[in-house]
Amino acid sequence: MSGFLTFLLLLAIGIAAFIIGRMRALATNTGQGKAHSRPNYHGAWAMLCALLPALLLFAVYEIGATAYINRDIASQVAQLGAGQGNANPEVTTSLIKSLASGLSKLDPAQATNPPQTMAELIPVLAAKGVTLATDTKDFMIPIAVNANATFSRIAWIGGILSLVLAAAGAVFGLSQIALRSRARNKVERVMLGALFTASTLAIVTTIGIVLSMLFQTITFFGDISPLNFFFGTVWDPRFAAAGSGGSEGQFGLIPLLAGTLYIAFIALLVAVPVGLMAAVYMSEYASKAVRSVVKPALELLAGIPTIVYGIFALVTLGPWLRDLSAILYGGQPFIQAQSIFTAGLVMGVMLIPVVSSLSDDIITAVPQAMRDGSLGLGATRSETIKRVILPAALPGIVGAILLTASRAIGETMIVVLAAGVAANLTANPFEAMTTITVKIVNQLTGDLEFNSPQTLVAFALGLTLFFVTLLMNIAALTIVRKYREQYE
Amino acid sequence: MTDFAIDTIPVAQRPPRRDIGIKKRYAAEARFKAYGIAAIVFGLVFLAIMLVSIATKGYTAFWQTNITMPVTFDAAVLDPQNKRDSDPSVLIKANYDKLAQAALATKLGISPDDKPSMTKLKGILSDSARIQLRDALTANPALMGQTVEVAMLASANIDSAFKGQVDLTVPEARRKVKDQQITWMNQLAQDGTLAEKFNTGLFTYGASSRPETSGIGVAIVGSLMMMAIVLVLALLIGVAASIYLEEFAAKNRITDLIEVNINNLAAVPSIVFGLLGLSVFINFLGMPRSAALVGGITLSLMTLPTIIIATRAAIAAVPPSIRQAALGLGASKMQMVFHHVLPLAMPGILTGTIIGLARALGETAPLLLIGMVAFVANYPSTPLDPSTALPVQIYMWANEAERAFVERMSGAIIILLVFLMAMNITAIILRRKFERRW
Repeated sequence: MSGFLTFLLLLAIGIAAFIIGRMRALATNTGQGKAHSRPNYHGAWAMLCALLPALLLFAVYEIGATAYINRDIASQVAQLGAGQGNANPEVTTSLIKSLASGLSKLDPAQATNPPQTMAELIPVLAAKGVTLATDTKDFMIPIAVNANATFSRIAWIGGILSLVLAAAGAVFGLSQIALRSRARNKVERVMLGALFTASTLAIVTTIGIVLSMLFQTITFFGDISPLNFFFGTVWDPRFAAAGSGGSEGQFGLIPLLAGTLYIAFIALLVAVPVGLMAAVYMSEYASKAVRSVVKPALELLAGIPTIVYGIFALVTLGPWLRDLSAILYGGQPFIQAQSIFTAGLVMGVMLIPVVSSLSDDIITAVPQAMRDGSLGLGATRSETIKRVILPAALPGIVGAILLTASRAIGETMIVVLAAGVAANLTANPFEAMTTITVKIVNQLTGDLEFNSPQTLVAFALGLTLFFVTLLMNIAALTIVRKYREQYE
Repeated sequence: MTDFAIDTIPVAQRPPRRDIGIKKRYAAEARFKAYGIAAIVFGLVFLAIMLVSIATKGYTAFWQTNITMPVTFDAAVLDPQNKRDSDPSVLIKANYDKLAQAALATKLGISPDDKPSMTKLKGILSDSARIQLRDALTANPALMGQTVEVAMLASANIDSAFKGQVDLTVPEARRKVKDQQITWMNQLAQDGTLAEKFNTGLFTYGASSRPETSGIGVAIVGSLMMMAIVLVLALLIGVAASIYLEEFAAKNRITDLIEVNINNLAAVPSIVFGLLGLSVFINFLGMPRSAALVGGITLSLMTLPTIIIATRAAIAAVPPSIRQAALGLGASKMQMVFHHVLPLAMPGILTGTIIGLARALGETAPLLLIGMVAFVANYPSTPLDPSTALPVQIYMWANEAERAFVERMSGAIIILLVFLMAMNITAIILRRKFERRW
């Protein structure tokens, strides 16, 4: 009995429980007293009693069955003598699994008693549209047949158990239907549990992010020492193709970190003055007409995906800056087509709306009384802004700058396309440097064995990035909270 | 009368005005205003330059050069041993290239024995012409032996040359398009054989190594599947979490922890979600790589904080009087939330969802890590089949050097921006139409 069929039957039992429950609830309402809950709630309670335990059992059973089969196959593979594929047990296991799933597509008679050699089996499978890897050997066939048989036996048992549990739950729920039974309260308590579970998903996600990268990072630090990683100044992974020996590479974080910070610095150099001045002008000077045009335009700038910015830098801005520098310098361009300056400039423009909208909120939060007092004492508007409002809003603005910096550090697509992949360590902003995010993408898009240091370093980089941005966000929040003036 | 001089009567004199630097301060004021205007103009000019440069590079992608000419389905070339009735594979493996070239040679007036010219002829038609002829014949076997007008794609080089994108001042040896081919192209264009048609293939083809047969069809289907998954998952979980946090959560440590986590997740770089998807969904749970399901789940985790924050604001904006009226009439708290508060907060929730979806549509980095950078030529039939997404397709085309791919990449960016603008405008209209002032 397939899992899908079992699932459908469980749903059918649940719906039947709902309908029967509702009819029974209507029947018990004979006018002798006031019903506590509406009939729908009684039906829903019966359905929940039927479905929830059964679905839980079903899910656990499916996962457990898969894990059990995997371990079974792995143990059988381990018992094989050497020379029969014991050199690489993981590959053997996965070949057996794909053979088993291919066999399950045959007719039942053929599936339980297939031809015992691959030469005979391959055309039979091909007729059903199944292709297998050429490494599949003859000894794998009985193991695969056995695995299929075990799986279907387990599936039968699990399916029957779940259906029995569902029926029992339905009977229990239906037996509780009475005039004054508090079905609505019970159903609402279950709903509350569901809402709570949904909100804990945020915590689960954070834990998942940290754990998933932590395990891989720990494996990575088994090969490469953390000191070499965090303080190394050379990035040279020396790619090794999957399956080959894997040569030692150098994984130094410093060039990547320097590139990230340099590009973020240039981006902030562009974004903060422009964004801040734009926010100040729009909140203090602009008329309603101007504001109604400029604000949507800046939001448009914010809505453009970063890959569009990256392609603009790659295809238009980079070559233009290179040609411009050639003209200025007389022949030899001193700005590379992919340089820190290009990437920083484009990233800065992308961050302008971020700075602008954050600063706008902060500046409008400064009370009007302070502006009026300053103007009343004879200051011009710009003096009011420079000497009264901006200092009052300073903690908020510093927080906004930190948040923008954390976005600049985590940005990927612009730097992938505009900054190049050369892990340089240079102070010249017109050369190419690369960043942490670019290297994460490079190390993971390629044919690499998953457990090699070349791939695992991406997780170490990701964990570093996560913690750096987390620290910056926490710093932003604490600065704002600690130094913010309360004007009430 | 009096004769003392009038002009000796002392009159109180105003002291001279003290210089408080008013001119300088007004000048500083004007400068400050000018800086503000300059900042706004800088941003808007950059936006305009970016949009214009992409539009000018990409609008030509919507037209594709076709060659429409009579082709003779000569049985002597396709099936010389007359086996097609017994063996249908003969028609599939037949030499349609020769047919296409023969038709083109006839049109241009070149003799088939002129070997150098026939070699130059090969670069004019796309390699996909033979597939188009094969499909025409297998769909209608009665065409054998007949002469019909068939529309075939021109090769990408001829397409670029026709659109004027090829620099003809470069010496011929360093060009992909030879002078003789240009002459023939102009000759064909004059009598209307070679013409530009609207490029529906851009919207229907999948990935291809030839620019003229590549399109964003698969990418659009993949993106739509992922948007559907994000809509279902992120909206349901996000609204459920927001309701709990706004209405039911007690002020204890767990609630604080949840709120801190949501605010942090909103600021985590998107590539970290890609690492999460790779590590948990693909490695640990064994889901298929490049599947739209994995991409959808990863993107919904990324969009969740945005939706939660927007939904909380929408729910908090519903006035307490509505809540208390419902409770006063005997509703339970759950009934109050689901029957009264949630419907009233719906416009705000929808607006936040659309904006979150628009952000998810444009995301590339997490999808790169879960393997959606795949060469997918066929439409995915289920969310578990390999597929790709629109921004990822743009990224893949950006890595190609051919001019025709640059044009298509810009065309795809135009399509992506149109989608995004449509979604944002929908959100703004919804917000304006359904916003209630309490």
